[in-house]
Amino acid sequence: MWIYEKKLQYPVKVSTCNPKLAKYLIEQYGGADGELAAALRYLNQRYTIPDKVIGLLTDIGTEEFAHLEMIATMVYKLTKDATPQQMRAAGLAERYVNHDGALFYENAAGEPWSAKYIQAKGDPIADLYEDIAAEEKARATYQWLIDISDDPDVNDSLRFLREREIVHSMRFREAVEILKEEQNRKKIF
Amino acid sequence: MNKKLDAEYYQLLEQIQAADFVLVELTLYLDTHPDDQNALTQFNQYSEYSRQLKAIFEPRYGPLLQYGNSPVGQQWDWGSGPWPWQV
Repeated sequence: MWIYEKKLQYPVKVSTCNPKLAKYLIEQYGGADGELAAALRYLNQRYTIPDKVIGLLTDIGTEEFAHLEMIATMVYKLTKDATPQQMRAAGLAERYVNHDGALFYENAAGEPWSAKYIQAKGDPIADLYEDIAAEEKARATYQWLIDISDDPDVNDSLRFLREREIVHSMRFREAVEILKEEQNRKKIF
Repeated sequence: MNKKLDAEYYQLLEQIQAADFVLVELTLYLDTHPDDQNALTQFNQYSEYSRQLKAIFEPRYGPLLQYGNSPVGQQWDWGSGPWPWQV
């Protein structure tokens, strides 16, 4: 089971109401390389991955939900005081008429989240390489978000998330080596 | 109903976030380096430190964990804020 903790993994502050920035950030909420996709991908792959890396997939998958909550907090804080006119000016009229101020799992272009974004191949090396690629794509997305953002407070939290992608990628690479070592050992005997 | 949040709330919360971040980082590290005794020692130290910080925070600002993993006292106030996105 999972136990919720009533705190963010890392503080999220925003400088000012900024629905345009929220529109871009939603990419990491419900986009192909976003945090929802990451969490669901890893936690679903756990059931058929070799025992040696189940712990890692469980722990990284769980951390992704903490990141999802950080992105949600950014989007919520950046839009909670926006008027309908400000939402329209930010290009969020379509979101507003469907959801008002509610969050929704979609990408920056308004495409709803899809399980097509993730894969479970049942082949441990194939799955882990997908996970490494996912972390690198998420890292790149965070970099582009930092580059386009005009909010220094949001950028502080985005930099934290970008660094986490780097660490996750590193751990997944180590997991590949652990499995390769185990495979080689089996061949000898 | 939200509790009154003073400067100490934010200070304590940040200390907990910092300690728990060390624990997240060490958890992932130990997942791929289970034989690193130094990392395990550090993990146990921070685990105890985090417990101490939460023992100060929770009586003042309410439980952090649900399902009996945090003391709740004589009054059920899990539903009272603040929630993480409200602070």
